Amino acid sequence: MVRLSSTSGTLCGMNVVVCVKQIPDPADPGALDPETRTLKRDVKLILDESDSYGVEMGLQLVDAAGEGEVTLVSMAPNNEVGGLRTALAMGAAGAVLVSDGALAGSDALSTAKVLAAAIRRCEPDLVLTATESSDGYTGTVPVQVAELLGLPSVTFGKEIEVSGGAATVRRQTEAGYDEVECPLPAVVSVTAGVVEPRYPSFKGIMAAKNKPVEELDLAGLGIDPATVGWAGARQEITEIAEAPAREAGEIIHDEGDAHERILAFLDDLKVL
Amino acid sequence: MGISKIWVFGEATEAGATASTLEMLTRARDLADTVEVVMSGDAASVAGPLGAHGATTVHTIGDIEGALAGPRVASAIAGAVEAGSGPDVLLCATSYDGRDVAGRLSARIDRPVITNVVDLAVDGDRLLGIEPVFGGTTDVTTGFNDDGLAIFLVRPKSFAAEESDGGLADVAELAVGDLGNTGAATVRERFVEESSGPKLDEAAVVVSGGRGLGDPEKYEMIESLAKLVKGAPGASRAVVDAGWVPYSYQVGQTGKVVKPTVYLACGISGATQHLVGMKGSANIIAINKDEEAPIFGVADLGIVGDVHKVLPKLIESLQARG
Repeated sequence: MVRLSSTSGTLCGMNVVVCVKQIPDPADPGALDPETRTLKRDVKLILDESDSYGVEMGLQLVDAAGEGEVTLVSMAPNNEVGGLRTALAMGAAGAVLVSDGALAGSDALSTAKVLAAAIRRCEPDLVLTATESSDGYTGTVPVQVAELLGLPSVTFGKEIEVSGGAATVRRQTEAGYDEVECPLPAVVSVTAGVVEPRYPSFKGIMAAKNKPVEELDLAGLGIDPATVGWAGARQEITEIAEAPAREAGEIIHDEGDAHERILAFLDDLKVL
Repeated sequence: MGISKIWVFGEATEAGATASTLEMLTRARDLADTVEVVMSGDAASVAGPLGAHGATTVHTIGDIEGALAGPRVASAIAGAVEAGSGPDVLLCATSYDGRDVAGRLSARIDRPVITNVVDLAVDGDRLLGIEPVFGGTTDVTTGFNDDGLAIFLVRPKSFAAEESDGGLADVAELAVGDLGNTGAATVRERFVEESSGPKLDEAAVVVSGGRGLGDPEKYEMIESLAKLVKGAPGASRAVVDAGWVPYSYQVGQTGKVVKPTVYLACGISGATQHLVGMKGSANIIAINKDEEAPIFGVADLGIVGDVHKVLPKLIESLQARG
């Protein structure tokens, strides 16, 4: 279900879209499909841990506003929902999943186009994302989404406060952080570890089973399948090669004197 | 054949042009006939070093005061591309602003980005980007299969910055196009978080802690050890995600790439994500209680042992030396 809000920018209520990605469990090592030369996707998908911070932050902002809800927006070539249920169990009200076989092989820009089209329908006050996914690492999707929606963005947010139709975001910088003010609606990407994602309660897990997950395909979003996935790919992999391996060195078992070995090693390098 | 013009997104601090800007210029001047910089702010003050590293012209959009660079620089580049005066290739560092510029521009002119690049190669009249995957065990080479601006995000420290015999670069003004609402975010205040030691990506010694430390208080051992060896403390993604230390401490594919003289990994198993950020270090010492931990595959000195036993002794010995 998509909540169509007309309260954008007003003080009453806060509707937050959180973009989430379902990824192969990072505990399982990935592999490239030798045929398609992209990451294999035939394993069970879980909620990308990086996204749990955005979900938590969204829930906290809605709580602070006293009204509104968190809607998840996600995309997958198949109709996998396992990762979405985790975020619904945390407290998100519903989800929109864009699922279409033609999405397989989509690059970050295609992904952003699909997410932007789905987000537009939700008319959110704020869009939250992670800074980058844990499997693709491009880190460009948040700003691509913002540009496609014609919205301002603040990336690498550590803290967000909303008041009077604007967000104040602490943005990570090389030297420390910037306090950035941004009118809503806007896209903010949040860094990991900035809030403590809640564990889904038993009640939350049970409730999540009945929460609405709207499944859309590309036609439903008015997106031409030829512009996304393999069909729309404008980059190609020309070579996959084994990287030169780093030679492993000496391995010793600590017998209570390992620190002396380390000191001797550092002394040899004259770094002390 | 060959690449005619590369633009590098230039970044500068009060201390001058950033290392990654100079690294990309150094590499770019071997790949294209013309190398130029596009940036915001005072170009004249950095035209010397940028020129010395290979840029002939620095295009600046001028002072943006408190605004964010991303939408403005992207719109200026888009304008140049439309006018036919843009480059064939744009290189941006994988930095906070570099990603904003690449992402904004990508969506604005409908061109994808090749990301996480650690090396570049010329293939006829196109540029290819080389990206390490699976913890750097595999190199994937990617190029664009159509015409149009080729945008690459390049990881810092991929190349060594070296001066050439280039003189002062010319400075040219570049106009920012219509931004609509996209440029509405403004910096109200900048906060500098003081750190006493060297910066993580510049330190000769980096001491990093991971989940093997057990709990957040134990990270103090990493801080003290880093201080004693005049190095910088770092962390694996696991402990950053757990909230022990800020994101700025993170070494890895997500986070900083470091190439110190010595990297000391304490209680870090060596997830692929982490290895990409540190395996370029000249020397690697690893302490981990799991003999099978992947970190030992890249360590010059591997200690199979308990960080809670090894580190206190190491700290004590260093303190005794004064």
